[in-house]
Amino acid sequence: MEKFAVYVPKLITKKENFAPGHRACIGCGEALAVRLACKALGDDVIITNATGCIEIISSQLPYTSWRLPWMHTLFENTAAVASGIEAGLKAMTRKGRGLAVEAKVVAMAGDGGTSDIGLQALSGALERGHDFLFLCFDNEAYMNTGIQRSSATPYGASTTTSPAGKVSIGQFAWKKNVPAIVVAHNAPYVATACPSYPFDLMDKVKKGLETNGPAYVHILSVCPTGWRCLPELSVRIGRLAVETGIFPLYEVESGRYKLSFDFPKLRPIDDYLKSQGRFKHLSPDEIKKIQTRVTEEYQKLKEIAARS
Amino acid sequence: MMAKRVGMEVSVAIGEAAKMANVDVVAAYPITPQTHIVEHLAELVADGELDAEYIPVESEHSAMSACLGSSAAGARTFTATAGQGLELMHEVLYVASSMRLPIVMTVANRALSAPLSVWGDHSDAMAVRDTGWIQLFTENGQEVVDNVLCAFRIAEDQRVLLPVMVHLDGFHLSHMIEPILLPEVEAVKRFIPPLKYPFPLDPLKPVSMGDFGPPFIYSEAKWAQEVKLREAKDVVVECWQEFGKQFQRHYSPVEEYRSEGADVLLLTMGSYSETAAAAIDKVRAEGKNIGLVRLRLWRPFPFAELRQKVSQARVLIVLDRALSIGGPVGPVCSEIRSALYGQAKQPKVVSIVGGLGGRDISVAGFEAIISRGIKVAEKGSRNEFEIFGVRE
Ligand SMILES: Cc1ncc(C[n+]2csc(CCOP(=O)(O)OP(=O)(O)O)c2C)c(N)n1
Ligand code: SF4
Ligand SMILES: [Mg+2]
Repeated sequence: MEKFAVYVPKLITKKENFAPGHRACIGCGEALAVRLACKALGDDVIITNATGCIEIISSQLPYTSWRLPWMHTLFENTAAVASGIEAGLKAMTRKGRGLAVEAKVVAMAGDGGTSDIGLQALSGALERGHDFLFLCFDNEAYMNTGIQRSSATPYGASTTTSPAGKVSIGQFAWKKNVPAIVVAHNAPYVATACPSYPFDLMDKVKKGLETNGPAYVHILSVCPTGWRCLPELSVRIGRLAVETGIFPLYEVESGRYKLSFDFPKLRPIDDYLKSQGRFKHLSPDEIKKIQTRVTEEYQKLKEIAARS
Repeated sequence: MMAKRVGMEVSVAIGEAAKMANVDVVAAYPITPQTHIVEHLAELVADGELDAEYIPVESEHSAMSACLGSSAAGARTFTATAGQGLELMHEVLYVASSMRLPIVMTVANRALSAPLSVWGDHSDAMAVRDTGWIQLFTENGQEVVDNVLCAFRIAEDQRVLLPVMVHLDGFHLSHMIEPILLPEVEAVKRFIPPLKYPFPLDPLKPVSMGDFGPPFIYSEAKWAQEVKLREAKDVVVECWQEFGKQFQRHYSPVEEYRSEGADVLLLTMGSYSETAAAAIDKVRAEGKNIGLVRLRLWRPFPFAELRQKVSQARVLIVLDRALSIGGPVGPVCSEIRSALYGQAKQPKVVSIVGGLGGRDISVAGFEAIISRGIKVAEKGSRNEFEIFGVRE
């Protein structure tokens, strides 16, 4: 495996398989994450993409941003499509009609296409043990359709279907822990990443790609449009998510948790929350509640990692 | 090895046909009355008799989605479903045809909930009428086997590249044990050339599939699809002719039974046609000038063939096994009327619905349908259509 974090950035391919000229908003963390992921994936992959921002910004007929074989079909079925591609390639290779190169299958979806409507297909594909990599680009809401909440939207965030109001704090539930759900399927490789840590992200994507069996990387992708933050702060805000512990970076290899970065002291959650308009309505009490939860969850994660 | 006639359950025979076609991938989910098809395929794969990947998916939505992936990878892909399963696949079906993926699927036609009914009718088929698939109806086990083989050849023809649905009546066909002539494997191999999908997902020749189509291009994409599906009719007919030459069993888009010069015609689809034919024999023996027309090719709709075969009759009674609730008449009848509209000479078209949720129609039943149909044609009815034998 190439250790992107160890070697200098010069070693990273200059080739852009996710070509420039796509239609993402300025400062889009998802587009950045996809671009970095594609650098780690190399040329010998087949991508299947769920409906969502990435598909919409990259494939408007008659143009395409993809220099890789790429297929979009629907919103909720990406893991199932990946199962089919993998099975098709496997059968044809066995029967002597395979591709000239050995191609790996990569599924891409947003948090909605992963944690909500796509969860069943994902669970099925994980359980059956297909050899594929699933990349979830988590911008914490249904952005493509106009910032509606998903089960990955963090507690307290105002979205268009969980608006903050006189009697509402916005998103009323805590963020669903999809990586843990994937771990519960005994997937051999699970990780979280964020394009604010590009080398770490690329390492993890590469590791996932090289895993035999299902692998999953959950990538926090700052969305200035939906998070109501400054586009030039995308990378900074991704770092704050990690430094405050609200989105810790870790890997789970064969069930064993390992923190990718540990901080002796987490930054206060307020540093993260105040950078984004979606949290601006939160009272000090609510912020305290979030702080307590984040500290607890981070502690739990550290304990699991220590035990692993 | 010669072709051999064996007694077998029609569902099992479908599995054997898919095996003869040497499918690469089967992705399927169980549902009555289709289950025996995919169970048999699972067995064939488990015993090493069929070299294929069998994906036991977690839903029909995923079954058809996996089929999209495997077909786009260039693999020969088969699945089967029925009723609720077909409905759960609904949005995926459009994608299969729009993306020109030559998937073959058998549908053991089943009624739709509620009330829950595992028994047969054509509600599921009618609900997927406009999904852009080529759709064939069959009357007995032999026809199912033959048409599954034809389906692969049609779907994968470079002039077509569209998915094909082969409909067979749930239970009335799927669960029958019938004498079936299984063609020899070598002959099937010659009949279905190896699949050469022209633009498979391949890192050496990257393609983008399923892109997003803004208004300036969507209509053109859809029109191209419409043209292709219509043009596929010639290939379907050509395939059936070639099948006839090689295997001596003959199929065509609209088939007749004692209908030459008939004054009254009955039109049916699927396995009930055989019972209807027995009723025609009886009424013919009584000296009545009545014949039967069976619609085999449902999509693309065979306008010319249908007009040619029914326009000279005085009365055409169409039996539908599904409802268009709150709509005009039975869905098949509605299309027939529309196909005949404006023709210089056309019969009076009467809509009768029957055989819903597995209810049998006996020979006597068909006789009753015929005489009721004639009466409605002559005297009219209170309703747009009638459900045969319904207790109001
Ligand atoms: C079955 C179905 N339901 C709803 C939609 C509408 N829809 C398309 S994309 C989307 C949200 C995508 O959200 P996410 O997966 O988080 O991706 P993002 O756009 O945020 O990157 C929705 C609701 C759809 N296309 N299909
Ligand atoms: S809405 Fe958000 S995720 Fe979508 S393109 Fe814009 S910035 Fe990126
Ligand atoms: Mg999202």
